[in-house]
Amino acid sequence: MKEFAQLFTRLDQTTKTSVKTEALAQFFREAPETDRLWAVALFSGRRPKRAVTTTDLRLWAAEEAGIPLWLFEEAYPIVGDLAETISLVLPPAPDPQEQSLTQWILELRAIARAAPEQRRAGVLAAWARQGTTERFLFNKLITGGFRIGVSRKLMTRALAQATGRDEAALALRLMGTWDPEATTWAALTAEEDADSDASRPYPFCLASPLEDPPESLGDLSDWLAEWKWDGIRGQLLLRGGTHHLWSRGEDLITDSFPELARAADFLPQGTVIDGEILVWGDGAPQPFAALQARLGRKTVPKKLLAEAPVRLLAYDLLEDGGEDLRAAPLSHRRARLAALLDGLPEEAGVDLSPAVTAPDWAALARLRSEARERRAEGLMLKRLASPYRDGRRRGDWWKWKLDPLSVDAVMIYAQQGHGRRANLFTDFTFAVRDGEALVPFTKAYSGLTDAEFAEITTWVRRHTQARFGPVRQVTPDLVFEIAFEGIQASPRHKSGIALRFPRMARWRRDKPASEVDTLEGLRALLARYG
Amino acid sequence: MTDPVLRFTERGMYCTAADAYVDPWRPVPRAIITHAHSDHARPGMGSYLCTPLTAALVRHRLGDVPVQALPYGTPLRMGEATVSFHPAGHVPGSAQVRLEVAGQVWVVSGDYKLEADGVSEPFEPVRCHGFVTECTFGLPVFRWDPQAQVAAEMNRWWAANAAAGRVSILGAYSLGKAQRLIAMLDPSIGPVLTHGAVEGTNAVLRGLGAFAPATEQITPEFDRARARGAMVVAPPAALGSAWARRLGPGSEAFASGWMRLRGIRRRRGAERGFVISDHADWDALLRAVAETGAEKIFPTHGYTEIFARHLKAEGYDATPVPTEFGGDDEAEAEAGA
Repeated sequence: MKEFAQLFTRLDQTTKTSVKTEALAQFFREAPETDRLWAVALFSGRRPKRAVTTTDLRLWAAEEAGIPLWLFEEAYPIVGDLAETISLVLPPAPDPQEQSLTQWILELRAIARAAPEQRRAGVLAAWARQGTTERFLFNKLITGGFRIGVSRKLMTRALAQATGRDEAALALRLMGTWDPEATTWAALTAEEDADSDASRPYPFCLASPLEDPPESLGDLSDWLAEWKWDGIRGQLLLRGGTHHLWSRGEDLITDSFPELARAADFLPQGTVIDGEILVWGDGAPQPFAALQARLGRKTVPKKLLAEAPVRLLAYDLLEDGGEDLRAAPLSHRRARLAALLDGLPEEAGVDLSPAVTAPDWAALARLRSEARERRAEGLMLKRLASPYRDGRRRGDWWKWKLDPLSVDAVMIYAQQGHGRRANLFTDFTFAVRDGEALVPFTKAYSGLTDAEFAEITTWVRRHTQARFGPVRQVTPDLVFEIAFEGIQASPRHKSGIALRFPRMARWRRDKPASEVDTLEGLRALLARYG
Repeated sequence: MTDPVLRFTERGMYCTAADAYVDPWRPVPRAIITHAHSDHARPGMGSYLCTPLTAALVRHRLGDVPVQALPYGTPLRMGEATVSFHPAGHVPGSAQVRLEVAGQVWVVSGDYKLEADGVSEPFEPVRCHGFVTECTFGLPVFRWDPQAQVAAEMNRWWAANAAAGRVSILGAYSLGKAQRLIAMLDPSIGPVLTHGAVEGTNAVLRGLGAFAPATEQITPEFDRARARGAMVVAPPAALGSAWARRLGPGSEAFASGWMRLRGIRRRRGAERGFVISDHADWDALLRAVAETGAEKIFPTHGYTEIFARHLKAEGYDATPVPTEFGGDDEAEAEAGA
């Protein structure tokens, strides 16, 4: 895959965004057309159907490398990436050849179609013709997850640079369903009307965390305040006689939430709504844990539909009567949204997310402090005069979240991380005290600096008491402040408690393990906020 | 059953017959030192026995300490033991320690590599009954390309930077790796400049006729405009520092065996990672172990348990030994690898 492997190498050998953009743009100008299409597909999270299982891949790689499988399995967590581990253990190819990205994808397709006993031969034949980089990329095509430091934003910018087309129009074009094999480069990068494809969503507008005092935003009357609900962002499209629901991660989730199909019976075609999907019960939003059971399903059992029904709380109106409203000010969009939803019966499944009104910032801050009781994470602040922007642009949308809850806990288990954090102990299990005993209650992976992780890694190696596979039990000495956004009862956990978004707020070097918080304290938090 | 030649103690590897420790990590009266890296040659020993080159480097690092120099291949009687040094190929002056007691021969490898690097005395296999071996890179994912190939990559990178008017900054451990890399550079591309820590070692080795290439230290008076197109060799800590930024627009690279892993390359944040190590790779470790003919193998720092398990499966009597060389600690070993 000469051009693609060169592109990967150039991307991998720089940390500068400008160099990455130029490398991508050059690829988009010069590489063969099908390679370009596949590259865009891969960088936006699409991949060819998995040809072989990762279990088989590991087995074959170990055999080819002449090492026992256990040794391969020991090396994998240290490398942190399966595709890379395979490419590193295999003996150098006797006869590396250059094949395009498309040719390798077609070869993978043929392997997928072959009888199971022939797939091994197909994969080995491919490895025998690849250098280390090609092998890594080929394995990545199989295992998926093409995260190589290219964000969708970066790719879109490079695409705009290479084609001379408008970046926002390209971003819109790349969303929704398209197939690298069924389209052409010209069709993919052509500018079209937004409604030429009924299923295509608008890029989501994203908010930035508010770090300065809210007074810095000026006059409160210039702003719309709303609850920041703890569900998942969704975009509901009613177009062409049907409906589509998209998540913020640009997954099509229509089938996971069949309740929202009813919206099409009550709202006109040519409507696109941005809102929050929440499980609803007793006339109020339910904790995120309730929604978790609904995620990632192609079909939803009746029982679950009855136990955890969802509603869409509408934030914004992006399209009305087939007209793209995004350039209009929020005050205008919001008024049209309210008018559209006014008087809608409950079975439509869509409500207006209420505005939170207060006479001044201080009063609004007091309301914000009630957010957790209302099952919200805080407030959203949106400038009433602002258009609906593409992506995260600072200035118009702010998330003003509550300060997280926190407890001090002691680390009891440690495990090595993956990828960039391979070879460092970064995944920790924490415990609180229950009398003399330590009760594990959460894991956390983030919040510390690389330097702190390196220091803890050295410490873990010297304070290991026992090993359970990749997990090390350590002397319970290091204390951390664990911050989290929510707390719920959970029969699946030993402590009976599950946290939302736990992370390490700081390393409490000043605090001995004898002074960490107690299980009783956690239960009190659960009683108040659960 | 005879007593083992070495015992593994809290202070380090102790040879009872010689009443001396090999690379001890706590102060002891008599220390036998494999090489001058800081995790092997520590301060506070009553006396140091090492090769002449290591002796000079130990004095450079630790000051006026009592050092006795013993050339390679020269046996020295210490109590009931006979001690000799044999090239380990790790860095200039580095040695394996051969200890013979009542017909039993044990060898402590120190750190080593098999490939001749042009600045260190090339590794010599030593037959023995017991072999204490490092295994910093004791995993089958570690395989090094030949030095000439890495040299070509490095010089291409430098030449491209020089053509664009940028300075190239190469991060490498000051003792050993830095001199090896400098010797691999093509001086026709431009001047080779050094950080003071690297130049200090260069000067010691030059004084002993052990290092030839011309280098120029970047002193506070140095005219930084002259750094354009130059290669700067500096300790890893200098990468990304204010010191490096003052050299003008440039590109940074890190040279280490750990650069074989993408995750670690990304964590270091250097633009380029050259995979080159002064430690043996997986295949070389296995070859070195086989060539000693030893039955008892003691893997020390690195992936000791994994390596020992593999050796056992291959029929060796292998026991991992905890040491405090960089600890069992890749994060520290990373700097010197």
